[in-house]
Amino acid sequence: MPDATGLELIAADVRERFGDEAVVSTLYFRERASLEIAPHTVHEVLSYLKTDADETFPHLMSCHGCDYFPEEPRLCVHYELLSMERVERLNVKTRMGVENASVATVTDLFPTADYQEREVYDMFGVVFDGHPDPRRILMPEDYVGHPQRRDFPMGGEEVLFTFNEDKVPRWYD
Amino acid sequence: MTDVEHTHDPLAVPYREREQSTSMQRLDEPDEPVYGTQLDDRSELFTINIGPHHPATHGVLRLLTTLEGEIVKDVIPIIGYLHTGIEKSCEDQQYWKVVPFVERMDYLSYYFNATAFCMTVEKLLDEEVPKRAQYLRVIHLELNRIASHLFWLGTSALDLGAITMLWWALRDRDMILDLFEMSSGQRMHTRYVQVGGVFEDLPPGWEAKCREFIARMPSRIDQYEALLDRNEILLQRLKHTGVVSQERLHELGITGPLLRASGDPWDLRKAAPYSSYGDFDFKIPVGTTGDNYDRFRVRMAEMRESIKIVEQALDGLPEGPYITDNRKIALPPRHELATSMEALIHHFKLVTEGFRVPPGEAYVGIEAPRGEIGCFVLADGSAKPARVHFRDTSFVNLQMLPDMSRGALIADMIASVAMLDPIIGGVDR
Repeated sequence: MPDATGLELIAADVRERFGDEAVVSTLYFRERASLEIAPHTVHEVLSYLKTDADETFPHLMSCHGCDYFPEEPRLCVHYELLSMERVERLNVKTRMGVENASVATVTDLFPTADYQEREVYDMFGVVFDGHPDPRRILMPEDYVGHPQRRDFPMGGEEVLFTFNEDKVPRWYD
Repeated sequence: MTDVEHTHDPLAVPYREREQSTSMQRLDEPDEPVYGTQLDDRSELFTINIGPHHPATHGVLRLLTTLEGEIVKDVIPIIGYLHTGIEKSCEDQQYWKVVPFVERMDYLSYYFNATAFCMTVEKLLDEEVPKRAQYLRVIHLELNRIASHLFWLGTSALDLGAITMLWWALRDRDMILDLFEMSSGQRMHTRYVQVGGVFEDLPPGWEAKCREFIARMPSRIDQYEALLDRNEILLQRLKHTGVVSQERLHELGITGPLLRASGDPWDLRKAAPYSSYGDFDFKIPVGTTGDNYDRFRVRMAEMRESIKIVEQALDGLPEGPYITDNRKIALPPRHELATSMEALIHHFKLVTEGFRVPPGEAYVGIEAPRGEIGCFVLADGSAKPARVHFRDTSFVNLQMLPDMSRGALIADMIASVAMLDPIIGGVDR
């Protein structure tokens, strides 16, 4: 893990290169360095951190979504970067509202993000622009809604029985 | 269930059109066949489904395979048939009740899922785990690694046509499950690992039984290697098949035995020791070329190393508590309930409300039998997590299957799936 100073150095580096608005905030909590960046800079910043930075993070270990409801902006995509040489992890995240939930894909930088971005789209409705195969991955293809959002009710679907068969809308109707 | 309208939403494409888009879009060939040139073999291509219900796919994995004769041109894994929404269900449980849920994700390495989750919550709570609990975790984790590798050995040998191996491997796995049953009361999904430590100390007789197992196991592995490693049919099917370069593996985020088989000794137990792994002397087996045979050899060698770790942990098992004495997190001992009012209150509060975790988020990765299993927990200050996400190893590793199988025979693809060892419960969660 980069320590709190190291995180600020990375943040200063990113600010210098991509403008002050690129870095939204930094957080060092429980030995975890977290860098929040603006959604429109995701591809450039991750590309920079992967190859050009002083201390690079060439591996993407996990890409996952998160819903910070009731905080705004609600939706968030986390990128857990890893450097195997220095055994350091860096969390890069970007937050966006549900109205403009879209971010550039990083599958060209990290092919491992392919399935994981599809999962984030499936569960949270974040659209990854430029993704080669932007379909749902776990839920059925014709499913409506994004079930991991916090306002999606638990047990949100009615179960089909004989008595309510004609009242509950079915997916093939 | 509100869905947000996007102009560029892929769901705007009608269902049937999207379904057809899965077929042959990824082939490196022109859309229109060019007759009279070398490329007019497109008419020979045909697409078949393998699975979702097929004995060689280790669960409900559907492989949409494009074949030219017997050569695999492209394969698209289609998943989601076992999706049960465990991550969503976890958001409705108190922290200590989440453990049985996450254990059912990757159902062959349940200790690893539970440990990853508990370590993440401990990180959020800033809670230290007693040394004895760390050793007890290591013993069970490594026994679980052997059990998981034994199940892989049995089922993958079965895929390759050796049915004897399944019974022999399951026989040894049963001895491990007996040990689990003794220490926790359950054979699978034991809920042994708790936030702050483990559920109970080792019962009398457990250590002797475990030593009996670790004394027997090396000679059993010798037997299995004698059976498989000199078998001409097995060697023919494994050697030089499913080769993927190390650079490509790094790009695809592959970890665990699959990466080590290509020669990269990346192992979180050595690289970033957690739970006292730094105390033990063990080696990281690596392969050379990264073919299916190397993957087989690496896993066999890993079982031997795990036996060494269990032995060392039993020898050096420190005295002390098996769970933290922080009564805000761990239940008080049973005998205190009759005499101490505070213990009774703590017990009541923990069982009814659970413990609260301060707001924050954490990601912890540990080395599971298939690679890095990462757990992300977002806490909002209440007694229930706001988000639990597992970076499941099988889910990420499955992306490697097209690279392993393109240009190979369909029988080699089956061998590749066997050596990939995907657990569909973990892929779909």
